[in-house]
Amino acid sequence: MTVLAQTDLRLDANAVDYVLLALYFLLVLGIGYLARRRVSTSLDFFLSGRSLPAWVTGLAFISANLGAIEVMGMSANGAEYGMPTAHYFWIGAVPAMLFLGIVMMPFYYGSKVRSVPEFMLRRFGKPAHLVNGLSFAAAQVLIAGANLFLLASVVNLLLGWPLWVSVIVAAAIVLSYTALGGLSAAIYNEVLQFVVIVAALLPLTIVGLYKVGGWQGLVDKVSGGPGGPEQVNSWPGNQLTGFEDNFLSVLGLVFGLGFVLSFGYWTTNFVEVQRAMAAKSMSAARRTPIIGAFPKMLVPFIVIIPGMVAGVAVTEIAGENKAALIAGDEAPSGATFNDALLLLMRDLLPNGMLGIAIAGLLASFMAGMAANLSSFNTVFTYDIWQTYIRKDRPDDYYLRVGRIITVVATVLAIGTAFIASTYSNLMDYLQQLFSFFNAPLFATFLLGMFWRRMTPTAGWAGLVSGTGAALVVFYLTESDTWVLPGQGGAFVGAGAAFVVDIVVSVAVSAVTQPKPAAQLAGLVWSLTPKEDRQHTATGEDAGWYRNPALLAGIVLVVTIALNIIF
Amino acid sequence: MATRTSRFTAFDIRMIIALLVGVYGLVLTVMGLWVTSDEEIEKSAGVNINLWAGLGMLVVAAAFTGWVVIRPLGVSEEEQREAVEAADRED
Repeated sequence: MTVLAQTDLRLDANAVDYVLLALYFLLVLGIGYLARRRVSTSLDFFLSGRSLPAWVTGLAFISANLGAIEVMGMSANGAEYGMPTAHYFWIGAVPAMLFLGIVMMPFYYGSKVRSVPEFMLRRFGKPAHLVNGLSFAAAQVLIAGANLFLLASVVNLLLGWPLWVSVIVAAAIVLSYTALGGLSAAIYNEVLQFVVIVAALLPLTIVGLYKVGGWQGLVDKVSGGPGGPEQVNSWPGNQLTGFEDNFLSVLGLVFGLGFVLSFGYWTTNFVEVQRAMAAKSMSAARRTPIIGAFPKMLVPFIVIIPGMVAGVAVTEIAGENKAALIAGDEAPSGATFNDALLLLMRDLLPNGMLGIAIAGLLASFMAGMAANLSSFNTVFTYDIWQTYIRKDRPDDYYLRVGRIITVVATVLAIGTAFIASTYSNLMDYLQQLFSFFNAPLFATFLLGMFWRRMTPTAGWAGLVSGTGAALVVFYLTESDTWVLPGQGGAFVGAGAAFVVDIVVSVAVSAVTQPKPAAQLAGLVWSLTPKEDRQHTATGEDAGWYRNPALLAGIVLVVTIALNIIF
Repeated sequence: MATRTSRFTAFDIRMIIALLVGVYGLVLTVMGLWVTSDEEIEKSAGVNINLWAGLGMLVVAAAFTGWVVIRPLGVSEEEQREAVEAADRED
């Protein structure tokens, strides 16, 4: 069966496609080499010396997340659930990104911490810091594995190399530029990757829509197929959440996905926050997620629509195959929703465009993995190695540790790639991970930033019990004690983790000693003078088009309009 | 200081984007005009996607090049000053 599926999926690339692909890789390694010459301190390596303009960090912010997970996972989701997948962008990302830029960034950038766990250290002390640092590092290695697995499976399909060879070669390429140029190489490549991903997916979307007779043709075909008409409207999204009841489904989306999972992910995930921390000023740091929100609103169109087109136009996924896959069975063709994008490329693109599409896919997988690696090495070096294992060494020692640990993380990711290979819809796997790690973290952050009374003990106790609650929900849904198909299990898990974290934190705070107010300046809202939260609006930061609040307002209006239309 | 400035200009990500997208656009346009067969066009729902995507990419490449020409790196006073300060710190 697997062998059959592989021959079917082999893309018909020719010399032109390979030349276009090679040019891309040449530039990727070139960026690594150029960035290498600018790295002289550990801050250069881990935070690009805090020197990048907002449009670069903004695009990198999006691109770091536009990895394999997003491109393959969301098009798989598009094929399986249709338009409700857009919630991952409009409800599940944009509001949280605006919140990060407007409310939280002043604390991150203003306190000059070098990582999210370091913020935990300043606010709650060592136990919470260690819990957060370790769980973040573990999550990154798991997610890097998922990205690596997808990258390798494309190389495997394209060149016919065995999966394990593809995994190692793919890992070596990502490793070479992240270990050389550090965060700068990763960020500059993310910007380039974003361009290539759009160059690959936009033409595919256009051709796909022609194929099915335009938007109306797609609506008619999806409505008439398995899944039915509710797949062409984003609300209420019952199939996605697994709730029968419309009200519960909307509640699950808004509270579970929209509030806890998405705010948890975007505002506390260091992979993202690190990109904003590399910006050159407070204003640029605040604009980073807001500038990123503009493309983020539009990405669903070039990711979900190809998935939906594949779900009605690609023989291996459409019709009875789609019905079987939705029911949780194997499709008669042997394909899975994860193959949607590749199959559509095979069916529609001529040589030339095909090479660019392959470059775009590989680019997105490398973007995700490089982002995981560059944030992992920062947290490991600053928050684990420098804080607990080897203190007070010269800076170049930590720079060296950063490079070595990047290699170690890559080797670990090769291991976790094989865990990821056991899930048929990778989005399920990743939402699950986020419910364990990000949801409780967000609760602790929110409480810690706005409630000065919250104590250091509450910091780590809340985190641990929140993750515990998500694990309990995971166990209940896995063992079928509580049946929630779709990604509802992860949403409920995230909600439980959030609530348990808040309750435990408040209870523990009531019986333990808070930190003195003097130590919390710049870390807690009410103890930070207003001028410290502001940014300058002169020189490079002047002009209405550089005003974070105004930009955020525009994004919000457009997002609401998109929700009403679809 | 001179080498430092040239190093900044040599590493302008906008030029790298323009280079990549420009070459891609050129290759695709040439493919679309002379190489892509009728069969392939038939396969892509009757759209000569190589030609159209190629032309689109050439426009994007031109836009990035124009941006670099209008606003080159390292000319703003603030960035100059920061570069000098950074150089002083290192020396």
